[in-house]
Amino acid sequence: MNANLTVSQLQHKANVVREDIIKMLLAAGSGHAAGPLGMAEIVTTLYLDIMNIRPTQPQWKERDYFFLSNGHTIPVQYAVMAEAGFFPKEELLTLRKLGSRLQGHPERTKLPGLENTSGPLGSGLSQAAGVAYALQHIDRQRHRFVYVVTGDGELNEGNIWEAAMFAGKYKLSQLCVFIDRNNIQIDGNTEDVMPLESLAAKWQSFGWHVQEIDGHNVESIQDATSMARAITNKPSIIIAHTIPGKGVPFMEYDYKWHGGAPNSEQAKEALRKIRTLDGKIVGEHE
Amino acid sequence: MTDYALNPHYASDDVKQEANRVGFGRGLLAAGQENESIVALCADLTDSTQISVFRDEFPERFVEVGIAEQNLVTVASGMARAGKIPFTASYAAFSPGRNWEQIRTTICLNDQPVKIVGAHAGISVGPDGATHQILEDIAIMRVLPNMVVVAPGDSIEAEKATRAIAENGKPSYIRLAREKTPVFSTEHSPFEIGKAYVLRQGTDISLMGTGTMTYQLLLIARMLEEHGIHAEVVHVPTIKPLDEHTVLESVRKTGRVITAEEAQIAGGFGSVIAELLSEKMPAPVKRMGVYDRFGESGSPAELAVHFKLTADTMIDDVRAFIEKVPQYKPGF
Repeated sequence: MNANLTVSQLQHKANVVREDIIKMLLAAGSGHAAGPLGMAEIVTTLYLDIMNIRPTQPQWKERDYFFLSNGHTIPVQYAVMAEAGFFPKEELLTLRKLGSRLQGHPERTKLPGLENTSGPLGSGLSQAAGVAYALQHIDRQRHRFVYVVTGDGELNEGNIWEAAMFAGKYKLSQLCVFIDRNNIQIDGNTEDVMPLESLAAKWQSFGWHVQEIDGHNVESIQDATSMARAITNKPSIIIAHTIPGKGVPFMEYDYKWHGGAPNSEQAKEALRKIRTLDGKIVGEHE
Repeated sequence: MTDYALNPHYASDDVKQEANRVGFGRGLLAAGQENESIVALCADLTDSTQISVFRDEFPERFVEVGIAEQNLVTVASGMARAGKIPFTASYAAFSPGRNWEQIRTTICLNDQPVKIVGAHAGISVGPDGATHQILEDIAIMRVLPNMVVVAPGDSIEAEKATRAIAENGKPSYIRLAREKTPVFSTEHSPFEIGKAYVLRQGTDISLMGTGTMTYQLLLIARMLEEHGIHAEVVHVPTIKPLDEHTVLESVRKTGRVITAEEAQIAGGFGSVIAELLSEKMPAPVKRMGVYDRFGESGSPAELAVHFKLTADTMIDDVRAFIEKVPQYKPGF
């Protein structure tokens, strides 16, 4: 959706999304904090700037697709979808509550605009590859793209590497995958739990075009997706280096914030940090 | 008599024999000719699953995923999101044997019309042994919400079932066997998803079968007739959703049931019938199949005898049940 936002406006939107994530998690009383906060720029930039979508027509036949493979980070997608106009922002506070369309992990059949159901890790990339295969090799719709976000811990899953071989073999160039490289998973740092490096070399050897970026830099996200669309003979991986818990200093870099929601005191502090960019500016709502 | 068009030669020694997977191959080809949205995916077993018939006709709608059953069904889920009707084929031991969670999350919960074709199910795989003789697939598939589970009785019915699930808009599992089995239905026999069929009417006991085991029940009914016992034979190709009406109407007449399946009786087809009856018409049920053990190597014919899955090896247990267990009367 090209909302004609400047880079600084997109950056601001990402911070609004961060505030919404904290509010949602506080209201829900459970959920995951670090991943969603770290992915705010990536998902915001995809929805509000890069993807060809119509929020009021979620089934629009010419749309690009977005697959969240690491479904536990869904608060960031919900927050961005509300920002984009898929549903009212008030609904965000129903996250994880009985009867809500905003399930704790995303369910396609519950909320228009979701393309998949995910949570158990490792399967979103394959689903996205299935769409990309159909677009490229069966329906010959070369102008449509399939964007994916996976976690890095998720890459422990064998299903991921089955998809990596598949997309490489069929040169699924309309497939553009962000790896949220935040270096944490539930039991600790990724390189301690199950080392992923050399990550770029792994994907290259599977036949993918690989880029590495600062995942909090909106311009880098824009440039990398432009490059990915320009590569017509390979699927694309964008290893986006991010800070887990980005924007909330007491959450940043700490794998213990992978799962868990802030209490009200922590949420208040988190919102103050996000709004003031950790004291660098005066918060609008202070 | 019933209006089910049984093959008039079903009991003869030279009854036509054909593997039901061959019927699947024909059915998928026909479905593919009728509907351009149908695509086929396979995990390195293209010929033996008979999905090669579709591949040869529609190579542009066929996808080879390699030996990767988790990817097989999740790529299919994505293709369904893109508007396709994907048929995925492997051996049932691997799909759904290996990729059950992906089927649960990305196909059933996600409610996508992906078709899981489980070939070479049951002990009749033969010499390959227990690893490949999946007996638990009915149990693990029938517990999934949204999933349709079909076990065709022969090759003609497999063709009809394939064409039916191609158009049902639902996640579906079709269970197929490797070996040739007798063809007891005809082109004129009915097949609808969710319907069970009375193949032979009787009043003394209901013999209910799914998949190719129904044929053995037809033979058993003839043996019982020689002893003056009138058995009703009910063929239940759709295990889920169950045709409760036909099952209950039969038991209302006969008051007792024997089920047969080439699968674990725990959680399988016999359990489906027992669960229904225990709640709605508590008639005695004997479940025949495989009893909490794995298969083993051997020829299919040897194994069928060894595991007591033939009419000749089942008849003593059937007669013992009829002699010992009284018929349930409604209002009991």
